[in-house]
Amino acid sequence: MEISFQINGENRSVQVEDENTPLLWVVRDVLDLKGTKFGCGKAACGACTLHVDGEAVRSCSYAVKFAKGKNIVTIEGLGTPERPHPVQQAWVEEIVPQCGYCQPGFMMATAALLSKNDHPTDEEIDANIINVCRCATYYRMRKAIHRAAELTRETNLQSTENS
Amino acid sequence: MAKKRVSRRKFLVRGALGTVGVLALGTYVFRGSIRRVIAKKLNSADAPYMGDTSTPLIWFEITDDNQIILYSPKVEMGQGTFTGLAQLAAEELEVDVSQIKVVHAPSATGNMDGFATGGSTSISALWVPLRELAATMREMLLIKAAEKWKVDRDKIRFSEGSFYLGENTMTFAEVTNGVSEWEIPDTPELKPTSEMKWVGKPVPRVDLKDKVFGAPIFGMDASLPNMLFGSVVRPSKIGSTFKNATFSEAEKMPGVIKIVLEKDFVGVVAKSYQEAENAKLAIEVEWETGEDWNTSAIKSMLTVGKGKPFTIQKEGDVEDVFESTEVIVSEYWSPIGAHAQLEPNGALAHVEEDKATIYMSTQVVKITRDEIADRLGKDKNQVNIVPTFLGGGFGRRLHTPNGIQAALMSKAVGRPVKCFFSRKEEFQNDTFRPPTHHVLKARLNDIGAIEAFEHNVSSGDVAFGSPMVPSIAEPILGADLGAWRGGMVQYGAIPNYQAVSWRIKLPFATSWWRSLGLLANTFAIESFMDELAVKTGKDPAQFRLEHIQKDDRGDRLSSVIKAVVEKSNYKDAVVKERAMGFAASTDASTPCAQVVEVSITDEEIKVHKVFCAMDPGLVVNPDQVRAQCEGAIIMGMSAALFEKMEVEKGELTPTIYGPYQMALMKHAPKEIDITLLQGSETPGAVGEPPLGPIGAAIANAVFRLTGKRLREMPLQHYLNS
Repeated sequence: MEISFQINGENRSVQVEDENTPLLWVVRDVLDLKGTKFGCGKAACGACTLHVDGEAVRSCSYAVKFAKGKNIVTIEGLGTPERPHPVQQAWVEEIVPQCGYCQPGFMMATAALLSKNDHPTDEEIDANIINVCRCATYYRMRKAIHRAAELTRETNLQSTENS
Repeated sequence: MAKKRVSRRKFLVRGALGTVGVLALGTYVFRGSIRRVIAKKLNSADAPYMGDTSTPLIWFEITDDNQIILYSPKVEMGQGTFTGLAQLAAEELEVDVSQIKVVHAPSATGNMDGFATGGSTSISALWVPLRELAATMREMLLIKAAEKWKVDRDKIRFSEGSFYLGENTMTFAEVTNGVSEWEIPDTPELKPTSEMKWVGKPVPRVDLKDKVFGAPIFGMDASLPNMLFGSVVRPSKIGSTFKNATFSEAEKMPGVIKIVLEKDFVGVVAKSYQEAENAKLAIEVEWETGEDWNTSAIKSMLTVGKGKPFTIQKEGDVEDVFESTEVIVSEYWSPIGAHAQLEPNGALAHVEEDKATIYMSTQVVKITRDEIADRLGKDKNQVNIVPTFLGGGFGRRLHTPNGIQAALMSKAVGRPVKCFFSRKEEFQNDTFRPPTHHVLKARLNDIGAIEAFEHNVSSGDVAFGSPMVPSIAEPILGADLGAWRGGMVQYGAIPNYQAVSWRIKLPFATSWWRSLGLLANTFAIESFMDELAVKTGKDPAQFRLEHIQKDDRGDRLSSVIKAVVEKSNYKDAVVKERAMGFAASTDASTPCAQVVEVSITDEEIKVHKVFCAMDPGLVVNPDQVRAQCEGAIIMGMSAALFEKMEVEKGELTPTIYGPYQMALMKHAPKEIDITLLQGSETPGAVGEPPLGPIGAAIANAVFRLTGKRLREMPLQHYLNS
């Protein structure tokens, strides 16, 4: 069957044999966007986090049929080295990644949090950022999240002034 | 004196498509035997580089846009090695770090480390060899530039990848262009540390952008045209041996291309990951299994006094002291630990008539190549392992026989096949950190000094049974060097001390886990040292300092202890419901001391601050050394507070994150203060040493808060039991 959605700003249609296939595998193996990672397959680690209509979703446990007509953003669509998203900018400034495998999931979860709350407290970060990082880069990630929030507030302020 | 380390006979130059020329510098002469590496380990030093010496090696390539590609025989698994190696090469090539692109050396380059990437040795082992290679290449280019310009080489200046003669300029790439024969000079004198421009600088990670913008760099991301997906049926019971399988139903399932039956496994190859996983459920496997093991049976096996003892350290005569006087005895335990790295093990294999290419995350490129060649019946040079970035290593990829399975499935269908573990399979087929049991004994004299001290550790295998340590080495070694890592007594001023390692063969695979025995051994020894300090009424840090010998190793340990005490303003007291805990360890040549500030609220142990002082010798990249400390501290905290595998009805459990509890953002300390000391002119171990003290430091703080001595990890689990 054919399922259409928008992904990273483009309209795409994909053919799937089984509409219950997790979105993760469609994104990775059909659309060849490998930035979204497989970690556990049971929504327990967050490595596969992407955005569906602005919400952070663990795509390993989200059937592709639910993505129909939705707007999906993956790490590849979040920003580029030339135009980084504030979260990516902060991640670069704080030199957060070690092995790097879980990092797209953390950045997507953080971007979703900041889109709703651009000044999260440590407690709000603890409650919302619940992915797993085995290299345990949490210490720098917390710093980067606060920095990304600061960058987001600056951007929000500028767009308010410009409008 | 100039040294001649680069063999002329083995030197090779060859061209490659899309490049101006390939400079192949080989062979770095280093015939270190496994025994010598082990002997060095036994002496608590850092291991040397163990590159293959039988074939020419490719280290550098210069592209037509004058970028220098460095083929690394060490893999990047987060530890920052690529960045450090780029700094070392840039130093002698006199180029900007940004001009160097570090890639994993495919095994076809010949540039493979016969040992592995592990043991915190990558930078220390390549510190001299890589700079010598870079300096030699710089000289080769200079000689060739002088020939082309027909001038004396002393007249040529060079910087940032170009040569200059008056108004004339030639880039490294232009010099390389058209050259087919190279003269290899004697290895030039290396730049003294005082003149280094890159070493010691916090250069940002060279892989930073790839990792922030989602580049497909991991083994899991590898992909080839016409690729299929494989899935292997893996046992859930301990001690299972594959016998046979029936799969007539599975064969008919959607997307299935072929069921592959081999002597030791059965796997399915399908069009998609999901179809392969679905069909796998329909395969019935006959396993030969042994006992229904459980945790208590494992724990009772693992008891000091059972198995084979081997004295790994002995000074004076502890037996004599213990016979005649009152002895303080304590026992400690640590659980089975899982690696739990986020990227599951896997491989993409493409086996063709005359060659095989395997893309995978592995810490042992050479061993993996040899094993796959052997099983496929191919010549070793027909098999090319292309290492990828690792989504975590931690020792989980120090044996990667799963590459064989992907290769056999690819061979069976004649197409590329990607195959990886499910998370449950990872948790049940891990090569675990072995559980341990420790018996510590000591005798204090009348003035509160330790007269005799003994550490006994019973552990499952770590190094033994690993393909990196040939079984022939076991009788020479006697004791498992991985199991006793961190298990020796570091307080050399104690007149009588000894350490004894007891070997237990467990019914499931145990192996290398970041820092090996260091975490558990330090937990036991440093908790016991704290017990003794409390008995004497002395300050715990001061108590340690009084027992450290006066030599270089001792002085470096004393320095990190003093530094962390000063930085943390360490107090042996409970202030505002928070207590500090102290511990120290020495791993390889790197001493590390930590102070933690801990509280307990609603029965939860909370680590607020960690102060860490470490002396890894010369630091190549201070930012990455700090990153390693931060990560090792929180990973060690995770293992010490929460992590624990159980054995129930013959199965290892849990099989998913969450139930296998690990430290998350909310558990991470808000403050980590790191002090780096430099007690040596050369780089030492970094990635593992800071995992040592953390468990004991937390337990020692908990004792001050509660009066309860936690003698078993994970500490949170045993706090209220």
